[in-house]
Amino acid sequence: MIPAIVVFIYLATVLYIGIFAFRRSSGREKAEDYFLASRSLGPFVFLFSLFGTNMTAFAILGSSGHAFSNGIVTFGLMASSSGLVIPLTIFLIGTRVWALGKKYGFMTPVQMFRDRWECSHIGTAIFVVQAVLLVPYIIIGIMGGGTTLYTISGGAVPYWFGGAIVALVVMGYVFFGGMRGTAWVNTFQTVLFLCFGAAALIVIGVGMGGFTTAAQAMQKSPLAYLLTRERISPYYFFSYTFIPLSAIAFPHILIFCLTAQKMSQFKKTVIFYPLCILAIWLPCVFLGVMANRVADVPEIRAKQEARRVLATQGKNMAPEQRDELREQSGGDDVIMLLLQRYAPLWLAGLLGAGIMAAVMASDSQILALSTMFTEDVFAFYGGKRRFGEAVQVQTGRLFIIIITLVAYAVALRAPETIFELAIQYAFSGYAALSPLLVAALFWKGSTKWGALAVTVWTAFAVVAVAVFQAAVPAPAPGPATVVWSLGGAEVLTRTPGGTAVFGFMPVVPMVIVSALLMWLVSLATQKPARSTVARYF
Amino acid sequence: MRSILLVVAVAALYILHQDIWFWRSPYLVFGFIPIGLFYHGVFSIAAALLMWLLVTYAWPSHLEREVEQTKPREDERA
Repeated sequence: MIPAIVVFIYLATVLYIGIFAFRRSSGREKAEDYFLASRSLGPFVFLFSLFGTNMTAFAILGSSGHAFSNGIVTFGLMASSSGLVIPLTIFLIGTRVWALGKKYGFMTPVQMFRDRWECSHIGTAIFVVQAVLLVPYIIIGIMGGGTTLYTISGGAVPYWFGGAIVALVVMGYVFFGGMRGTAWVNTFQTVLFLCFGAAALIVIGVGMGGFTTAAQAMQKSPLAYLLTRERISPYYFFSYTFIPLSAIAFPHILIFCLTAQKMSQFKKTVIFYPLCILAIWLPCVFLGVMANRVADVPEIRAKQEARRVLATQGKNMAPEQRDELREQSGGDDVIMLLLQRYAPLWLAGLLGAGIMAAVMASDSQILALSTMFTEDVFAFYGGKRRFGEAVQVQTGRLFIIIITLVAYAVALRAPETIFELAIQYAFSGYAALSPLLVAALFWKGSTKWGALAVTVWTAFAVVAVAVFQAAVPAPAPGPATVVWSLGGAEVLTRTPGGTAVFGFMPVVPMVIVSALLMWLVSLATQKPARSTVARYF
Repeated sequence: MRSILLVVAVAALYILHQDIWFWRSPYLVFGFIPIGLFYHGVFSIAAALLMWLLVTYAWPSHLEREVEQTKPREDERA
């Protein structure tokens, strides 16, 4: 119970920082201050809060869990590709969006799209798709909170209660602190979970008697494939380099880009981003792989047994049985099990707080949704003009409560593992929306109809993948189920982990078709007025 | 010329991410780090170096100037 108490102290600290520590505004609140911290974040807070906002439960729990089941490939799939693509997009797109925000006062991406392409309801369509895709991301945070507190307390804090506590704490400081509170909490959390990786590596390494023996024993065991990528298709690996395109298209990341006081503050963020990813992901992935050599933790052995049964007998099982075994073999809590086994109680608590720091990154998504709703819907359709700016901020706060409650209700029922849920829906969808930004900022000829085509296609593709995966059960580990082949080529397959189109993950055709639609539809439709285009180029 | 070199560097690093040469090797660097993991760790450091090059030699300072020029006009309007 001691680790759980340490985590509760951490939650109280976070709540204090978010609500009181950096509160400035008093009296009648301005929307720009509440939602964007008056565009005044300094270099240190900007770097850590922007990075922290992109690191969710997925960074620690999902990465180690995925590595536990799939091996070292996890780092190359998500971490090193993100270390290249995300800072590159911040450099190319984030800086430009910041400049436009400063010049024209934009507070959300949709405001920029509406102005750039002279559109109104098409902007609302983009808002709807963005908002729907953002909700799973918020759910991940609550699910991660429930899982973490349950495991750290040894089952004393039930999943539903842990999730509720995390949801309430996040809702509390976002509600009261707005962007300033959220940014400072993110900064505190990022520092904490940057320390987490190294500390966990040392503690568990000492506990295991060093990693050399474990790694060399694994090299000679049937699990040696986890040290390589022999079971991963190069097409699948390549596909993952498209996923980080989603980062800059996420509204919370783009809105964070608007909070920098000066453009020079992007410099440190761009340079240090790959190193921050390295510091968090490398230890987590390595520990996830090494967990397979831990023989004296019954829960880990149970996961390995479930994985073995699925691999050897899965073909003869009903889809529901396979899903159950998949869930049992999931490793999202594996790093916490390692900490429980090897770390002293007080240190397990501190490291548990580090995990909570990553888990609670859903704060910026909640705030972003609230900003989008109040700016893109409430203010745009006349609410701000009729009721004033103070009511606008209160509407944003009410929205924060509603969205947190909805996300919590869904989190209680969602059966998917953290990693799969994030990848399949939110990340692929936002990656497919990224051509919107490229076209708006770099192509004079883009039009609102091209933007609408991209938005409709993204919504259709995400729903199609979800329906396809619900209709065709995932096969047992091994060969994929070919659903559609053409001239000997496997066009559409259902894999144990998802869907493949010509061997690639759906995100590849989704992004390519999005870009093509933007190009072709824009060529065929009327451009915005010259005066509008001139404001951007 | 500098811009072309930077674009080539970005493209080269993107291609180097697909390291098929270490795909099936279980070799352990320093006796415990799988070579595939070590490679991508070094890749991340290379990405940071590339970002430093971009920030140093291709920083879009014209955007900062545009913002600075816009500010006084807005102040005048106010």
